[in-house]
Amino acid sequence: MIKIRCDGREIVVADGTSVAAALLGAGVARFRSSVAGESRGPVCGMGVCMECRVTIDGEAHRLACQTLCREGMEVKTT
Amino acid sequence: MTPSPDAIIVGAGIVGAACAYELAGAGARVEVIDGGITGGGATAAGMGHLVVLDDNEAELALTKLSVGLWHLLAKELPRAAEFWTCGTLWIAADGEELAAAKAKYEVYRRNGLAAELLDEKQLYEAEPNLRAGLAGGLLAKQDAAVYAPVATRFLLERAKAKVTRAVVTDLDDLKAGAVVCATGALAGELVPGLRVRPRKGHLAITDRYPGFVRHQLVELGYLRSAHGESSESVAFNVQPRPTGQLLIGSSRQYEVETPILGRMLERAFEYMPGLRACSVIRTWTGFRASTPDKLPMIGRLRGNIYLATGHEGLGVTTSLGTAKILAAEILGRPSPIPAGPYRVERFDD
Amino acid sequence: MKFDVVILGAGPAGLAAARAACRTGASVALIDDNPAAGGQIWRGSALIDIPPSARFLSQTRVFDVRAGFILETDLHGAIAGSRLILATGARELFLPFPGWTEPGVFGAGGLQALVKSGLSVRGKRVVVAGSGPLLVAVAAALRKQGARVVGIAEQAPLGRILRFLRRYPAKLPQAIGLRARLVGVPYWTGTWPVRFAAGRRVTLSNGKILAVDYLACGFGLVPNTEAAQLLGCRLDDGFVAVDSRQETTIKGVYCVGEPTGIGGLDKALEEGERAGSAATGQAVRRRTRTGAFVRDLAAAFDLDPRLFDLAEPGTVVCRCEDVSYETLQPYREWREAKLQTRCGMGPCQGRICGPITGCLFGWTAGSVRVPLVPVRADVLVRGGR
Repeated sequence: MIKIRCDGREIVVADGTSVAAALLGAGVARFRSSVAGESRGPVCGMGVCMECRVTIDGEAHRLACQTLCREGMEVKTT
Repeated sequence: MTPSPDAIIVGAGIVGAACAYELAGAGARVEVIDGGITGGGATAAGMGHLVVLDDNEAELALTKLSVGLWHLLAKELPRAAEFWTCGTLWIAADGEELAAAKAKYEVYRRNGLAAELLDEKQLYEAEPNLRAGLAGGLLAKQDAAVYAPVATRFLLERAKAKVTRAVVTDLDDLKAGAVVCATGALAGELVPGLRVRPRKGHLAITDRYPGFVRHQLVELGYLRSAHGESSESVAFNVQPRPTGQLLIGSSRQYEVETPILGRMLERAFEYMPGLRACSVIRTWTGFRASTPDKLPMIGRLRGNIYLATGHEGLGVTTSLGTAKILAAEILGRPSPIPAGPYRVERFDD
Repeated sequence: MKFDVVILGAGPAGLAAARAACRTGASVALIDDNPAAGGQIWRGSALIDIPPSARFLSQTRVFDVRAGFILETDLHGAIAGSRLILATGARELFLPFPGWTEPGVFGAGGLQALVKSGLSVRGKRVVVAGSGPLLVAVAAALRKQGARVVGIAEQAPLGRILRFLRRYPAKLPQAIGLRARLVGVPYWTGTWPVRFAAGRRVTLSNGKILAVDYLACGFGLVPNTEAAQLLGCRLDDGFVAVDSRQETTIKGVYCVGEPTGIGGLDKALEEGERAGSAATGQAVRRRTRTGAFVRDLAAAFDLDPRLFDLAEPGTVVCRCEDVSYETLQPYREWREAKLQTRCGMGPCQGRICGPITGCLFGWTAGSVRVPLVPVRADVLVRGGR
């Protein structure tokens, strides 16, 4: 099991879990705010729709569905 | 049988649209013809930077007039035209460039243009993400940016111009009081022998990074690139869009096809290292209409045929001033600024 | 890095191509943006068989492809291959309806992919909707993972689906097997979602209103042809044109699987084998299937035009830029709409909204440029342009 943090909140997941799955499993509904301010999250699950963009370890616009969780990862939603 | 229009404008880019708007405003019935969509050429490809440039008197006069006109038009533009007074921050990398910035400042002051000289400390307060070691800068406060394709459509709608999708091969086929060639980089094809050369430019746009860049940033060496005649050059130029996306330029190439996108981005990294980590969503190219002296051709060519072309990297900026000068000539009114420097005949031997 | 054969995509088609190519001892690279091979249909499968002599480059995104053939990647720089096999698969077609952008709405394959990446659906109420055989496969898989599949809403009429199965009796055991795993789950045909309301309530065209945790909704598959387009391969009707050896109109470039026609696993495996053989000078097995299966599958699940009328004026069409349906209506072509409204200018590069505007307005999305996917600026500069 590994620990990541999302917006300061600790989330524990099995090794091999994607950031998208981790956040959704923890009840995160808003991964990012759309241009008009709406809540958006993963849709396509395969790195195409770009709706799951979050900031990971300080780097913005990373695809949560294409990124595996790593111990100590810091995720920020927008 | 409907009478011929007062004016037919070939080219539905920002320059053609501005001319249509100006002529219609004077009561003319205007038709616009373009082989593609409105604002689909250099208008779509460029940055939409509204800038006063002072490389020479004629350029200063035209850009100063035009930026003033944009500010007057701003309140009427739709929201989607994204007009915003971001200002231009000219960056001085060293003492020599800072001296050039000071000289520029004096020119702006003399011409009643709002400007501010920034020392090193003030530079980093204005733009924290610039690399360390720069000397200062000049903030041209009246400069702005606009999203040109939407502004183009707005101008055409206001002109109530009839817009026809067709390819024009011969200007003499068109029957109107005045026929205006505003086809940008393609003008050389429509007017044989016209000294307009396409000059390729690249741009890249990033994802959203709100607040990362606050003003349009240009290195002082930009003018060397724009006014130079070398076959290819890059110069640091970045514009923050109101969306928070960063529009990164600039490059210039004649005919040559060597890779230049990478060089352009590397130049940008030199000024703003943080750009390295920015996600680039799209890159594209466009063709500026370049003339031998980098000033546009505005005015009568022959008979009832007029030119409004050759705007190099200032098409969006000077579209409004161009339209005023052209309309003045067509309508027999005094030009708002001396029109001599932009006359077509200046290239006659 | 230089290889005899570079395969873009490590799904079933790419893996079959790799197996065939490796038989000759040729150097083979297999590139995929996922952490593991398998593509969509075999995502997370423990049984993936990558030939040991092939070099598998995972989590790798290709942002440029040029003659040579050079593939520019984010993780491994430039990869060169004498032969190129494009096995880039397909993505889901989404169609807009009120509330489709709300949290809780996923693609059908999308939710499946998230579950395979670690999302638990145990006890979650799910409606699976849209179109295609994928819906039933997804519903069965979700149920197996403990989800409460409330129902499946397939837009195609039952009669057309049954006629298809009668034509392809080989598919019948698979269909029956899936149905058996979905005992008690209604399969509403000629039915589609019309609204996803706050509080996660799905309204279907048959009038039912269902409370759900997740709506898994996809209306079929769109081929990923972008790399082929960038290279200049000819497309026919949106699919990459290939000859009987899977070679495209660009010599040395092959294409296999969904990008040459939506035809599922069997087609992918067969075409992958054929291209892997052709690219390494081996004899190519004869086609066992004509284009009939692809055509019949498309006809069976052809989209009801009422699906293109579900959006309300304010319904978002371009998700990246929040461009609404009514904002797009004045325009007559993709590029014009794009320039005036920003539709298609976002990071998805038109992959989601392009097919939508194709359905709703009949527009054809524009040309493909570098970067094929968004990449960091410092990665882009290494790309040789």
